[in-house]
Amino acid sequence: MNWEFISKYLPLYEKAAWLTLKLGLLGIVLATLVGLLCAAVRYYRIPVLEGIVRIYIEISRNTPLLIQLFFIYYGLPKIGIRTDPASCGVAGLAFLGGSYMAEAFRSGLESVDPIQSETAYALGMSRSQALRFIILPQAAAVSVPAYMANVIFLLKETSVFSAVSLMDLMFTAKDLIGLYYKTTESLAMLVGFYLIILLPVSALGNVLERRLRYAGFGA
Amino acid sequence: MDEVILSVKNLVKRFDDNTILNGISFDVRRGEVIVVLGPSGCGKSTLLRCLNALEPIQGGEIFLNGQAVDSAAKDLTGLRQQIGMVFQSYELFPHMSVLNNILIAPVQVQKRQREEVRAEALQLLERVGLREKQNSFPRELSGGQKQRVAIVRALCMHPEVLLLDEITAALDPEMVREVLDVVLNLAREGKTMLIVTHELSFARAIADRVLFIDGGKIVEQGKPADFFDHPQTERAKQFLRTFEYESVK
Repeated sequence: MNWEFISKYLPLYEKAAWLTLKLGLLGIVLATLVGLLCAAVRYYRIPVLEGIVRIYIEISRNTPLLIQLFFIYYGLPKIGIRTDPASCGVAGLAFLGGSYMAEAFRSGLESVDPIQSETAYALGMSRSQALRFIILPQAAAVSVPAYMANVIFLLKETSVFSAVSLMDLMFTAKDLIGLYYKTTESLAMLVGFYLIILLPVSALGNVLERRLRYAGFGA
Repeated sequence: MDEVILSVKNLVKRFDDNTILNGISFDVRRGEVIVVLGPSGCGKSTLLRCLNALEPIQGGEIFLNGQAVDSAAKDLTGLRQQIGMVFQSYELFPHMSVLNNILIAPVQVQKRQREEVRAEALQLLERVGLREKQNSFPRELSGGQKQRVAIVRALCMHPEVLLLDEITAALDPEMVREVLDVVLNLAREGKTMLIVTHELSFARAIADRVLFIDGGKIVEQGKPADFFDHPQTERAKQFLRTFEYESVK
């Protein structure tokens, strides 16, 4: 292990890690919004939109992110929509993640028995009050484990960003290997930085899960 | 006891081609306790669900204090606040403590002061013997305790009429009593109630009037003593016989 090499290129990785984290989180926020929207459409069975959402979910879940990125990066300019690598990466993550998030939220919503809403209505609550006070808190507790798994999955998927020439962690590692043949050092730093990003996220997920699931239901 | 507060006129409820209720009419006067009896699947529970517009109706009218109740009513939430309902499966909100289960609707829907409702809730919990459970969560309670909390939750909204839908049907026999005692006390205080139950001796003790429903219609109605001792219709006699056992020894 060449420590001199590592300390020399550490700042480069650090910069790339911030980029990975920034784009990853932005993509996850957008994926969450897309997911909420799609889950609401399916939960309330809104006609027409429900069909579109179903098709989107199937396409999104059954094609690799790499191909989705290629479509956005090389395909969309052909119809006049030009994107820079960064927004392309974020859009790809939102497109892929949206469907996974939608399914996580939907399973949470559907786990709440409809008679719980009826009870809320019988107490005089409006639809939005029933949703806010009764359904969403219970649905959230059920959705959290799947949601956190998706967050981790999406952060790991950022490693294909390098394919659209984003200078993320993967790109940096491949670059250094190509230039200096320091494969061991480059890959060790790559793994190290992914762990630095993901281990805290995992830990946060475990805490959230315990809080919502157990404290929320009173045990 | 003469003022009619709930009036049902020629109520028809269908699920697709299946007619569940076919022209039900009756009035409920203030302070009256009406018990609805009938074989399972006769539409008793559906009737209660129609009365607070959880089910849309296909014909007839329902009036609460002169206001029409249906799922398209303009002030549906306002109407429902005046109609309390307790379900067979308790339906406490599992993510809230006992106290919050009771407070959520008065505070969020009726916009009453939290402290004022809290004082009332604690008093009611005391009366049903559950004051010390105020901070427990539903999963820590027995079925009978949950159902008593559900009754308190409905009462805290100060409803004009209380609908009780087979509230002891899911309970172990020794817990039935503790719940029914609460309901008997409410009747003594003059609470207006519409009760669906299979507990015949309870029905007899509490009812001012019994409605016997079969095939989507009111087949027979009357004072409990008359209905239980001298049923007029063959259908009612047959129904009452199913609760009797002959000795095999």
